[in-house]
Amino acid sequence: MTLMLTLFGLLIGFTLGLILALMRVYGAKEVGWLASGYEKLFRGIPLLILIFIFTFGIPSLFWYLEPLERPIAGVVLALGLRSGAYQSQIFRGAILSVNPGQMEAGRALGMSGIQSFRHVVFPQALRLAIPGWSNEYAVVIKDSSFAYAVGIIEMTKAALRISANFPELWALSMGLVAILYFIFTYPVTKLFGERQTKKLKDLGMGGG
Amino acid sequence: MDKTILKVVDVWKSYDDLEVLKGISFELAEKEVKVIFGPSGSGKSTLLRCINMLTPPDKGEIYLSGQNLMAPEVNLNAIRSKIGIVFQHFNLFAHLKAIDNVSIGLRRVKGLTKEEARVKALDMLDQVKMKNWAEHYPAQLSGGQQQRVGIARALAMEPNLILFDEPTSALDPELIGEVLQIMLKIARAGTTMVVVTHEMGFARAVASEMIFLDQGVIVERGTPNHFFQSPKSERVKYFLRQIDILYGSHEALLKEPNEEEIK
Repeated sequence: MTLMLTLFGLLIGFTLGLILALMRVYGAKEVGWLASGYEKLFRGIPLLILIFIFTFGIPSLFWYLEPLERPIAGVVLALGLRSGAYQSQIFRGAILSVNPGQMEAGRALGMSGIQSFRHVVFPQALRLAIPGWSNEYAVVIKDSSFAYAVGIIEMTKAALRISANFPELWALSMGLVAILYFIFTYPVTKLFGERQTKKLKDLGMGGG
Repeated sequence: MDKTILKVVDVWKSYDDLEVLKGISFELAEKEVKVIFGPSGSGKSTLLRCINMLTPPDKGEIYLSGQNLMAPEVNLNAIRSKIGIVFQHFNLFAHLKAIDNVSIGLRRVKGLTKEEARVKALDMLDQVKMKNWAEHYPAQLSGGQQQRVGIARALAMEPNLILFDEPTSALDPELIGEVLQIMLKIARAGTTMVVVTHEMGFARAVASEMIFLDQGVIVERGTPNHFFQSPKSERVKYFLRQIDILYGSHEALLKEPNEEEIK
């Protein structure tokens, strides 16, 4: 459950973040304001509040789902909308750190602006975004634990339940959960963060 | 001279209050090599960027094989695919191997299949003596090698003309030769070229005309012989003396004129 919440939250955030970043980098001034307004809003609200809003606050939001699935959808949406605000910043930074000469060379070959972005700037921006992105994964997977507050059985809730039934196991179950989060987080940030940073250096990309 | 490839008519360009080009005109015939030189800030690079419309001029006209590029209905992407450019800082696509740098335009702009583009790109890399480096990324190549790939990338599109924007000025001295050699070779093979450079040896070897640009205007133009034997304006004479010092004639350095002599 924890992994599913994280996966879908990140996926929504990825799509949203990419769109917001494009709005901010290439859009007209007003479009950029809209995107940066969104970022400010969702970076400024605690996740728990967002989760409450999308589950209890607007209970009819997911009217077409089974009642038991509604809070799950609410949590995924909250994680995704907030992650989008952060991922937008990751992508925006990545797009901007691709050397302007790259876009220029693409245009000079006769590619359109969209082609140049699609085949030249975007593939490089994606690589540049990976270290920041692996960090965002670590944030989202840990924040998915807030889902326990609306009754979803994910890792944290499961641990709390065990310790409620067997109080003597509280320390053990909590310790186990902490270790599990760490196991899910560390290798990913290690692999994508550090290895990609080295790879980027080999390609001479990012930070000149 | 035969067929006119490029015609630049009274081109003006300014950035905000700064006037960079103030009425530039010249023509370029097929297979002609024109060298543009002058001090930094004279508008040389801006002129090249105007020609391929990366920064369209404010005023004036540019004709490529008779077609007016300033006309509103012109498809600039199609036009740019017919004008190659070799950049001072190479601008190779950092995420692509040498071979893919050369073939990307063939595939995305000219619509060749992957296999066709690969064959052609390898042939182009062979022409710049980089075939053995086809599978390397730009960061794994020396500056001279990167620039040769840059030349192959421009050649592959079979453009009407190729613009060179100070192609050797970002290179270590030892690497300049290999790039100039390739440029000489393609010039002699009949490539139409506009070259912004201070490499006077190159100019002397292949340029049909040299244009000296200063502060956005053409100060003087003529054959290489004209410039090396009897340049007219003081500005050009001073500039050529500086170039001479740069390339090692130390007599010139000792005879360095004092401030008052430089207008």
